[in-house]
Amino acid sequence: MSKIEVTPGMFSKVEAKPSFKTAITLLSSALVVFVFFGLLGKAGDVKFVWSDKRELIQLPQWVISSTTLCLTVGGLLLAIAAVSLWLAIREKKTPVWLVAVFGLLAMFALLGWLATGATQGVQMVFILSNTLVLAIPLILGGMAGIMSERVGVVNIAIEGQLLTGAFVSSVVGTMTGNLYLGLVSAMIASGLLSMALASLAIKYLVDQIIIGVLLNVLVIGVTNFLHSAWLDNDSAHLNFPGTFDKISIPFLSDIPVIGQVLFDNRITVYLMFIIVPVLWFVLFRTRLGLRARAVGEHPLAADTVGINVAMTRFWWVTIGGMIAGLGGAALTIGNVGSFGREMSGGQGFIALAVVILGRWQPIYVTLSALLFGFTIILRIWANQVSPGIPVDLITMVPYLVTLVAVAGFAGKVKAPAASGQPYIKG
Amino acid sequence: MKLELRNITKRFGALVANDQISLTLAPGEIHSLLGENGAGKSTLMNVLYGLLQPDEGEILIDDKPVSFSGPGDAMAAGIGMVHQHFMLIPVFTVAENVVLGHEPTGVLGTLDLPAARKLVKEISDRFGFDIDPDAKIQDLPVGAQQRVEIIKSLARNAKILVLDEPTAVLTPQETDELMQIMRDLAKSGTSIIFITHKLREVQQVSDRITVIRLGKVVASPSPKASASELASLMVGREVDLNVKRKAPKLGAETLVIENLTVLDDRSHQMVDGVSFSVHDGEVLAIAGVQGNGQTELAEAILGLRKIHSGTIHVAGRDLTKSTVREVLEAGLGYIPEDRKKDGLVGDFTIAENLMLDGSYSAPFAKGVQIDFEARDRIANELIQEFDIRTPSAETLAKQLSGGNQQKVVVARELSRELKVLVASQPTRGVDVGSIEFIHEQIIAARDSGKSVLIISTELDEVLALADRIAVMYRGRIVGIVDAKTTREKLGKMMAGIAA
Amino acid sequence: MTPKKIPSEIPAVDSKANSVLREIMSGDPVRIGLSILLGFFIGAVFMVVFNEDVVKSWSNFGADPSYALSTVWWTIQDGYGALFSGSVFNLGADNFIDGIRPLTETLRFAAPLIMAGLGVALTFRVGLFNIGATGQIMVGLAGATFVSTRLHMPAIIHMLVAVLAAVLCAMVWGIIVGILKARTGAHEVIVTIMMNYVATSLFTFFLRNPGMLLEASGGGTPKSDHPDGTAKLGALLGPDFNLHYGLILAVLAVFIYWWLMERSTFGYRFRMVGHNATAARAAGIKVENTFIWALAISAAFAGLAAANQGLSLDGGLTTSIEAGIGFDAITVALLGGSRAGGVVMAGLLFGAFKAGSSSMQFAGVSPEVLGVVKALIVLFIAAPPIIRALYRLPVPGPKIYEAAKKAKEAKVIK
Repeated sequence: MSKIEVTPGMFSKVEAKPSFKTAITLLSSALVVFVFFGLLGKAGDVKFVWSDKRELIQLPQWVISSTTLCLTVGGLLLAIAAVSLWLAIREKKTPVWLVAVFGLLAMFALLGWLATGATQGVQMVFILSNTLVLAIPLILGGMAGIMSERVGVVNIAIEGQLLTGAFVSSVVGTMTGNLYLGLVSAMIASGLLSMALASLAIKYLVDQIIIGVLLNVLVIGVTNFLHSAWLDNDSAHLNFPGTFDKISIPFLSDIPVIGQVLFDNRITVYLMFIIVPVLWFVLFRTRLGLRARAVGEHPLAADTVGINVAMTRFWWVTIGGMIAGLGGAALTIGNVGSFGREMSGGQGFIALAVVILGRWQPIYVTLSALLFGFTIILRIWANQVSPGIPVDLITMVPYLVTLVAVAGFAGKVKAPAASGQPYIKG
Repeated sequence: MKLELRNITKRFGALVANDQISLTLAPGEIHSLLGENGAGKSTLMNVLYGLLQPDEGEILIDDKPVSFSGPGDAMAAGIGMVHQHFMLIPVFTVAENVVLGHEPTGVLGTLDLPAARKLVKEISDRFGFDIDPDAKIQDLPVGAQQRVEIIKSLARNAKILVLDEPTAVLTPQETDELMQIMRDLAKSGTSIIFITHKLREVQQVSDRITVIRLGKVVASPSPKASASELASLMVGREVDLNVKRKAPKLGAETLVIENLTVLDDRSHQMVDGVSFSVHDGEVLAIAGVQGNGQTELAEAILGLRKIHSGTIHVAGRDLTKSTVREVLEAGLGYIPEDRKKDGLVGDFTIAENLMLDGSYSAPFAKGVQIDFEARDRIANELIQEFDIRTPSAETLAKQLSGGNQQKVVVARELSRELKVLVASQPTRGVDVGSIEFIHEQIIAARDSGKSVLIISTELDEVLALADRIAVMYRGRIVGIVDAKTTREKLGKMMAGIAA
Repeated sequence: MTPKKIPSEIPAVDSKANSVLREIMSGDPVRIGLSILLGFFIGAVFMVVFNEDVVKSWSNFGADPSYALSTVWWTIQDGYGALFSGSVFNLGADNFIDGIRPLTETLRFAAPLIMAGLGVALTFRVGLFNIGATGQIMVGLAGATFVSTRLHMPAIIHMLVAVLAAVLCAMVWGIIVGILKARTGAHEVIVTIMMNYVATSLFTFFLRNPGMLLEASGGGTPKSDHPDGTAKLGALLGPDFNLHYGLILAVLAVFIYWWLMERSTFGYRFRMVGHNATAARAAGIKVENTFIWALAISAAFAGLAAANQGLSLDGGLTTSIEAGIGFDAITVALLGGSRAGGVVMAGLLFGAFKAGSSSMQFAGVSPEVLGVVKALIVLFIAAPPIIRALYRLPVPGPKIYEAAKKAKEAKVIK
């Protein structure tokens, strides 16, 4: 008698067939740019404006024929798509950075195509800085999503958290005349809301999705009521906080393009610059993060090594909620200057999508949120430079991208294993 | 370190899981806790580990009473536990899993992973475990995962190690290795509580044995006690697991499987070129340690899992590419290994569960409407016939005991027009009375001329039911032998040693 | 030993009297009643606290306490009185027709909520959290509007075709979600949220486009022509009332839903998948296809709601015609426990809120308070522990939470 030799086939992995999903998506997008923007697009010059007039260092403007630009970029895109196809045939994956380069190039072509013949040209600083500002609520909402999903609580209530933050920051900011106080109260109020979510989900085991949806409905109801029954009576003394002053960081803000976009902003933006890397660091490099992820992956296992599952979940959800509250404040005292009815307008739900798109990882989530910020400003800007363009169709793009991504990722990218599951202790 | 459990009582509602249990453990001793499934062993250990709070009684360490509000306290007191279902996080590395909960840290609470790796390496080398600290748990075989669990406890300086049914997922060979590890640990001064229901293992390693039945300590036999003595103590009566049966009357080959290869969700080849056939009037049992491809094999036969290559025929009909519904309608009955997951809808009533795979046609359906009258009539008949203990047919399935739940599944499958019965772990988590009843039903199905395929990891069950035995190892059939084959030989085959 | 001698393991039943009492105290009707009561009570607090008259009178509480207290009472009476007379019966009306009109208005508002609510409820019972009713309604509206404004047919037939168009368009939208869910495993919550935005943009795009739905005299605003008279859902109770045949659609929808879920084998399989998809799969049910079917049928109900909205108007349509019905449908389904009868009751309650809003506004009370009441009621019902804690109700027997806990415990312990 002898031991059977383990040969290939006995539990070994069978090679998967090549997937052409990415290649086909890239190829069709590249064709759109090449044919639709390039060959069929209107001819004319397009002007790229790199510097604001106020800036110290002025970069020269670029003027280029729209057809040349779109055909060149389209050609590059086709080349990338071809590489992706080649990789797929050789059963390899297309690297993420290549897809990112593809996306940036495609955006460039889109901007050029839209601004063809427009006198103001493509104002890069305007577009990029607005992209950033508009993405802040999404990014911070996304961080809230990461913080709760990483510990195993699905957070559908981001919308409500943003709206709470927006409302409270505006009212407190106006009444006290101190915007920083408004900011802090927004975080506290939104944190309290999250505590409700956390305790209902963790202690009382109410379905997490249902409770999230209902908290959103509640916050919308309450803020709508207070807006009409209270704020509207005397908005000058209740809902007129104004915004934070912009802080220019010396020297850094003088760097062309980047300086204006990144280093001449309100405090809400700078706070985001701090929160995102800190969250990344905490999640993946510290004891706190290891424990949190353990709770989200396998709560029973975490419990057996003495980690308090309920408390971990409670505080991560709560602090996440505070960050979302900050995101809400960014809507009012960080951008618009007053509270409007349902002003979060579904951004909390988009934040939810951004979390998945960014694979529960702070840096990727931020990048995905920026994509959405970009399309919001694109819609506004496209209307100015190119009236008559079907803005509604442009509006759809990020949602379609999310759909494609969610459908494509599913099964490949795993959410925290215990996300959405209550942990019932014996 | 000396441990004593004194008069521990733990109740769940009306159920008394532990009734005045007392137990002592001396330093360097291996104390086996023997009992059937559901006897209350795991409850007792969860009390000891701080996962559950006792209703009465106390725990003493070195004669001082202690109380554990959570596993953290128990660990701090020097108690480590290797759970039956591993408490490891699949996406973390070995090192991360080992240090979780007591992580070495640098400034600002940063993880000191080099220190964690060193710790794992050290313990792993000391006992010759050969574990790579940077491997992800999900890529490790079960035997290695279990060693990670042991390292996890040792890294916390556990003086008392509780091993909860540690051999359930191991091959006989891996089991032997574990026994050796246990002896080494005991020699180095670690005390071990070994929870099991497998008699031979208890005989092999124990210094002392405590038998628990229905939540009570019933005896403390000597380690030299015979297997049958231990068995009767464990179940409370003389057990004769051999079902009385006549010699098989073989008919045609009804279930024929040729060269079957099946992949799991991650494209691993879990069943590799398996061929066998089952005759009418015969029970073929697939024996093997859990996780050697049996689950995938059963799923493939039912049509739940796509077949990579090979064929399945039932009564000459090719079912290789058929849907589950087609397979069921071709006359295949299926008792799944996990009834709560695959066999029952807990929130449905018994009556609704009895028509689970019959909703497409008469008698349960009248056109596209449910025939409620027929449904209730059939339900009441089957409850009688299969001795399902329930207040009524309207009781929800989740409110039944394991044995009665299994009877619902058996009743549903056997009441259909069958050619073939496939039963996977038909008596897992079922009380002894129900085991006998279900075994009798399976033999009755065989005697009425059906082809029966049993898949079981319990050698006792295989030997009690089978006319022929096929042993599966790493996705292959090592050999098909007759029912008179010795345990020893089967054990070797289960470890991949060909006959 | 025969099996008969083994002690059976039927779960312990409490003494009968005790369990009956518990059933009544924590059973659904009582809990729902208490939730509604508490919702209205907290709503009243909101009304009072943010009412200027009350605040003024309370700042002089010492001078005239009875006045201060009476302002509180009057505010609540004004508010909820207006709600009643705006949604049930107008006691101040001169004749019966005017008096009963509010009730018909409630029915009119309730109809689309019930239809869309049934759609969401159906997917709940298949175990899907479909929040895509908004998008399905938008797409259904596009279909209905195209048929009702661009095609011309004889009366009734035109209407039926328009309703069918709404249903089919909505179904397409539902099927897309179903296919994405079934084929790729994408989470339906995210997919439906995205599909809602896409549908809203698409509908706006159609409304802006002269070749598609933009009104003949169209300018910059996205608005359609008014539907042809032949396509309209006519008045149900004559010209005195706004109530139209949409109510009949709703009644039909309720009956279909009840038959489908409770009587038919389809519904049985839907519920099976909802409770335990893996067991359903082992019982020969194609779970993926069931998801697609469920989302398609669910969307068909949303399509009926769209038809109700799109074919009942005298003027042209804008995107605001959706009126938040898709989102309300989620709360209606939750409040109604996903059962036909429950959804009807929940739809009527929410319909009454919508009908009563304008008279509350007229009475000087912000009808927005109803949004708060609505949210609180559903929150209390969906989260039984809150209401139990507030009213100190006993925890129900081994049934709900205890059972869940035990099941989990059993798992942990074994």
